[in-house]
Amino acid sequence: MLKRVHFPASALPYLLVAPQVAITLVFFIWPASQALWQSMLIEDAFGLSTEFVWFENFQALFEDDQYLGSFRRTAFFSLAVAFLSMSFSLVLAGFADRVIRGATTYRTLLIWPYAIAPVLAGALWVFMFNPTLGIVAYGLELLGYEWNHQLRGGQAMALVIMAASWKQVAYNFLFYLAAMQAIPRSVIEAAAIDGAGPIRRFRTIVFPLVSPTTFFLLVINLVYAFFDTFGIIHAVTQGGPANATTILVYKVYNDGFVGLDLGGSAAQSVILMVLVIALTVVQFRFIERKVEY
Amino acid sequence: MAGIVLDKLKKSYGGTEVLHGVNAEIADGEFVVIVGPSGCGKSTLLRMIAGLESVTEGEIRIGERVVNGLEPAQRDIAMVFQNYALYPHMSVRQNMAYGLKIRGLPKEEIDRRVEEAADILEIRDYLERKPRQLSGGQRQRVAMGRAIVRKPQVFLFDEPLSNLDAKLRVQMRLEIRRLQKRLGVTAVYVTHDQVEAMTLGDRLMVLNGGRSEQFGTPIELYERPQTTFVAGFIGSPAMNFLPATAEGGEVVLENGARLPGGTGAGRVRLGLRPEHLLADDGGPIRLQAILAEQLGASTLVHGTLEGTDSALVAALPGTRAVTEGEVLGFSVAPAQMHLFDGEGRRIG
Ligand SMILES: Nc1ncnc2c1ncn2[C@@H]1O[C@H](COP(=O)(O)OP(=O)(O)OP(=O)(O)O)[C@@H](O)[C@H]1O
Ligand SMILES: [Mg+2]
Repeated sequence: MLKRVHFPASALPYLLVAPQVAITLVFFIWPASQALWQSMLIEDAFGLSTEFVWFENFQALFEDDQYLGSFRRTAFFSLAVAFLSMSFSLVLAGFADRVIRGATTYRTLLIWPYAIAPVLAGALWVFMFNPTLGIVAYGLELLGYEWNHQLRGGQAMALVIMAASWKQVAYNFLFYLAAMQAIPRSVIEAAAIDGAGPIRRFRTIVFPLVSPTTFFLLVINLVYAFFDTFGIIHAVTQGGPANATTILVYKVYNDGFVGLDLGGSAAQSVILMVLVIALTVVQFRFIERKVEY
Repeated sequence: MAGIVLDKLKKSYGGTEVLHGVNAEIADGEFVVIVGPSGCGKSTLLRMIAGLESVTEGEIRIGERVVNGLEPAQRDIAMVFQNYALYPHMSVRQNMAYGLKIRGLPKEEIDRRVEEAADILEIRDYLERKPRQLSGGQRQRVAMGRAIVRKPQVFLFDEPLSNLDAKLRVQMRLEIRRLQKRLGVTAVYVTHDQVEAMTLGDRLMVLNGGRSEQFGTPIELYERPQTTFVAGFIGSPAMNFLPATAEGGEVVLENGARLPGGTGAGRVRLGLRPEHLLADDGGPIRLQAILAEQLGASTLVHGTLEGTDSALVAALPGTRAVTEGEVLGFSVAPAQMHLFDGEGRRIG
């Protein structure tokens, strides 16, 4: 006789996934489709009528020098943030990997910045670098360097890059440290016996062996710099001076909520969405296959 | 080429001392095996010679040069690790060439040496592969290759064969021995396997709880073990120990049996190797059998000394059926009786 496992049809499984589906619908699918819809509309100056215009908003964006400028700025900003915070964490992790005594304290202290809200992190840097009150600005002035990020675009950019990188160091550090501790001690010892000094070992053994982590973090940091730095920029420069720190996310906000160009702003956010989806796909592809060394 | 001298070598981790003053003189070109149970400090000792652990007290000299303060790289040694420790992201060729490149040898010289070593170890076909594409035995060879291309003064091995299967282990054992003789390089080899130790070493150091119990040739250790530990550790099956009393040139067992031979007086421990017990129906040593293990070439009879609880094992040549409770008689040559005092030290 054949025995068959029989599942009675029941609503339970649907009920169990319902909250997740609801959350995705309410917080992702719905706003995303709204944005998509809005990106194809143009509203007149008084908000009285709207017109469906297909891809005109996108076309306008790619002909807009300001938007293209913001694109370049974002690319520079993100790469700078990723590079700065990753290289800094890599060096810190390299040192922490060698520390035995007090390692836990050291690690805990390094993790704190990550727990700080972006706006607060931004506020911290604003105070330190405030041209009239800031301690660092004061110090720089003593050295004969005039700091005023409220007037100078380059300095403003440098400041937001520093603030954004600083916040991400802790996160990168944790991943790098874990990756380094997964390298067998004896491999490092073998290199030492082969005659490699600490710097050479780091360069030729440790760094190549943590390359999968480097790749993973690169994607994470780029996504972070693209999106999560809104709070920092808002607190530190508000995109200024003269749009010098207006990166794409900030421009979405600025054009939409301040400039009230809803169609254009929606089109920008659709472009951002496509970017993040592309980055995520790349990441999943590679993580599944692991970077081969 | 160089010999190694260990002079009252001590090592502490925090407050705990794990090596309590080890002395040894290893001659140039000699193959020395450090053998002992798990946790006795073998790896620690080897790693101190390599420069991977600091020296707490004492001195290490390699070829007349005190190396205590030198980095591993400056000691002119090569080490083969238990897990091989190959660089996973480099090909076999790059693995072997790494140390040579750091020393700034010209490219042709590096290629020549790597290929020479690859020929000796028969790994020429794998030179372009990554370590993860090799079997355990092949990785082992690459690790050896990495050690020999450097032409160091000393080879250090930390249980290099323990991850291989039994057959490969025997084969690699012979190869390591042959290679070392051919290159004439001083070698220090750590293992907990006494068979490996006996077959490989010119001399053996038996380490127990951070102390060197005895340092000598395999035959010396087998024939004249200086302590009960060495006696029990070297030789398979292990030596029997029986409580006994020595008096007037005789040794009296617990059950009153008298064996001629032995020196000293008073309570002793008598050590008898199972293979030295000679079947002799009227012999003084009476073994009450419990069971027999048939090994084909010989039979191990497990039992007790008749009338006591002391365990006794005898090895008989060939196959022999034994029934439980059967009493067998044995005798032993006086020269093959080992007497130890209350502290476990050899008498006579
Ligand atoms: N880094 C360390 N810190 C503290 N104690 C240690 C350290 N390394 C080793 N020990 C201790 O030193 C002793 C000797 O260790 P070692 O590794 O030399 O043993 P071993 O003889 O190689 O053993 P095995 O055969 O298991 O490899 C052990 O008791 C171990 O607990
Ligand atoms: Mg060990």
